[in-house]
Amino acid sequence: MNPTDSPKEYGEYVKKKAPNSPILKDCFNAFWVGGLICCIGQLIFFFCQYKGLDETASSTVVSISLIGIAIFLSAINVFNRIGKFAGAGSLIPITGFANSIVSPAMEYKSEGYVMGVGAKMFTVAGPVLVYGISASVIVGILACLFM
Amino acid sequence: MEYFQSIDWMTMLNCFIIGGIICVVGQILIDKTKLTPARILVVYVTLGAILGGLGIYKYLIDFAGCGATVPLTGFGANLAKGAMEAVKEQGLLGAFTGGVKACAGGIAAAVFFGYIASLVAKPKIKKQ
Repeated sequence: MNPTDSPKEYGEYVKKKAPNSPILKDCFNAFWVGGLICCIGQLIFFFCQYKGLDETASSTVVSISLIGIAIFLSAINVFNRIGKFAGAGSLIPITGFANSIVSPAMEYKSEGYVMGVGAKMFTVAGPVLVYGISASVIVGILACLFM
Repeated sequence: MEYFQSIDWMTMLNCFIIGGIICVVGQILIDKTKLTPARILVVYVTLGAILGGLGIYKYLIDFAGCGATVPLTGFGANLAKGAMEAVKEQGLLGAFTGGVKACAGGIAAAVFFGYIASLVAKPKIKKQ
């Protein structure tokens, strides 16, 4: 890089280098990757129905399969690249939840298997479970009172 | 193949569109607010549980199938649905058992596969 002469030039240089967040492109990528992940789930769902499973069991199989795929892709460091490209498109589906469990677990392996892997697994998934489960208990209690 | 004939392509299209839209909302939250991904996931799961509890999310699932169940709002809605169904059978006890029971498969799979993967895989050193 050449030394910059004036503040104006420097401003232009910073502007050029700063990551601009093209929201339309981000949204487009999030849209089609997110949609595609849901469609993969839907294909698995139809396959389960075709095999004669009921709706609840099919949904569970879809969750487990997508989680398995996401964790496999995380383990071979492919998911990070998808995540960088798709943003919320891979974060919001259940794949993001799975990735949020496995990536800190891998990263903190050096801190041991109990306080490293075992505890750090839940840095993101923990809050999700806390709020999700608490909300479901509240819903259950309300249903118990008013139904 | 028979399986491909059993696919309902209209649901597939709805699934793609609704799943995509839910993700786009998350992307807008990431780009336009200071919310971290963890907070967005928490917001999504809680919102899903509320909508599931109110019985609204059910219609979205009927319309879009996995487009509604695969995003994390579906996880929340499933928790709430499980709790409500268990309450019908067991009363108050169901409020505590139903939610986790409905999502047990997903949670156990995530923990187990995640643990195994972290044992086997080596994290790549981050390049700047």
